[in-house]
Amino acid sequence: MKNIFLFIRQYINFISFLLLQVVSVILLTTSSKTHETFFAEATNAVTGNLNSRYSTLRSYFTLRETNRQLAEENARLKNQLSGSFQAPDSARINAKDTTVRDTLGRSRKYTFLPARVIGNTYTLQNNYLMLERGALQGVHKGMAVTGPSGIVGVVVESTDNISKVMSLLHRNSKVSAMLKKDNTAGSIEWDGADPSYLTLKNVTKSAKVAKGDTVLTSTYSSNFPSHLMVGTVAGITADPSSNFYTLKIKTATNFFTLQFVNVIENIRYTEQVQLENSGKHQ
Amino acid sequence: MSTLVKNIIRFVLFIGVQVYILNQIPPLHQFIVPYLYFLYILWLPFSLGRFPLMLIAFFFGLSFDYFTGTTGLHAAACVMIAYIRPFLLSLLIPKESTEQSYVEPSISSMGWAPYSLYAGLLTFIHHFYLVLLEWLQFGNFVYFLGKVTATTGVSLMLIFVTEMLFSRKAKFRTNK
Repeated sequence: MKNIFLFIRQYINFISFLLLQVVSVILLTTSSKTHETFFAEATNAVTGNLNSRYSTLRSYFTLRETNRQLAEENARLKNQLSGSFQAPDSARINAKDTTVRDTLGRSRKYTFLPARVIGNTYTLQNNYLMLERGALQGVHKGMAVTGPSGIVGVVVESTDNISKVMSLLHRNSKVSAMLKKDNTAGSIEWDGADPSYLTLKNVTKSAKVAKGDTVLTSTYSSNFPSHLMVGTVAGITADPSSNFYTLKIKTATNFFTLQFVNVIENIRYTEQVQLENSGKHQ
Repeated sequence: MSTLVKNIIRFVLFIGVQVYILNQIPPLHQFIVPYLYFLYILWLPFSLGRFPLMLIAFFFGLSFDYFTGTTGLHAAACVMIAYIRPFLLSLLIPKESTEQSYVEPSISSMGWAPYSLYAGLLTFIHHFYLVLLEWLQFGNFVYFLGKVTATTGVSLMLIFVTEMLFSRKAKFRTNK
């Protein structure tokens, strides 16, 4: 027994070094898998508060750009108003109504919740955004997030007033997308290289892709509404060993100047995900 | 100003500068991330024992981690350099004269060449370990090599710019 104590005393530094390393690595692996860390609640409150002040300061420098983006989005939305169409039977009318069920008997599926961005990284391999809108204001895990010019990411964690969004610029990010031209589906990922470019994988070679083609969110996604802007094709690589293209996509969203985003709530999200997962366990 | 107060202010300043200035710089290239925050650990006083040194480094790294959302990544790298620091210092400087007469490592207390070697080696070890942990998650060897060398270069440049801008006067230890 005495020898054990002597041993510990002699190597106390090395043992504590190993201990701290193990604690760090455990924190790292658990946090990147589940996005739910030990005291995430408490630390998010502190860092969130700081980030919010900093973002208030920073927002003055990008006012002009934010204004331009909002004006552009306004113009685009006005074009989608039912009054601008001859036949008002457009599925997008859902996003305009505020009632749960409209006069034609169609029930609402998506609700757009505006939120302010109070934290944003784009230099790391796994990037997150922080939004000043949390569970009390209706933001929950799994909701989609779009910016003024294109999609941004998915909510991975939400505390009372702040939520954390896994940006498209994240190694584990995966969003179902399709080409606007012929609805060929694929999956949007990020290779960690350049924050202005994403990759669209698993696009079948039968699709007629050209540079400049528009990429939209697909109809298969459980959290993203279909036909939201993702980006444009900037490069085409044909993988000789498989039957798929890998496309380089220029993001529509400018991740460097993101100020305001919309969180999208899908009323039938839980229902759809439950059904999708129920098959996996059988 | 006492050494304790000075180091507490540095703790806040280094994390603030790293999170709100250096991390906000639009990336020039995927290999280049300007890291400077770990200079805090290089500047800690000689008199700290190895265990308190590692504990401070762990909490310093962890507080930075909570801002970037990578819990534990930078903490591990900081603990690593805090563990190696005393070995390196005892190799690089004549123990009796310097450690007894100066408070903390700096160019004026150690001399140009030993200090550069000290900063260079610890920067390299920090980035090597940091990128290794990242690499184990993603796995791409070219990325690993490129990022270690490029980031070390950029960090060293930042360190020397900082040293020149804020030349710390070498304080002699007084017998109180």
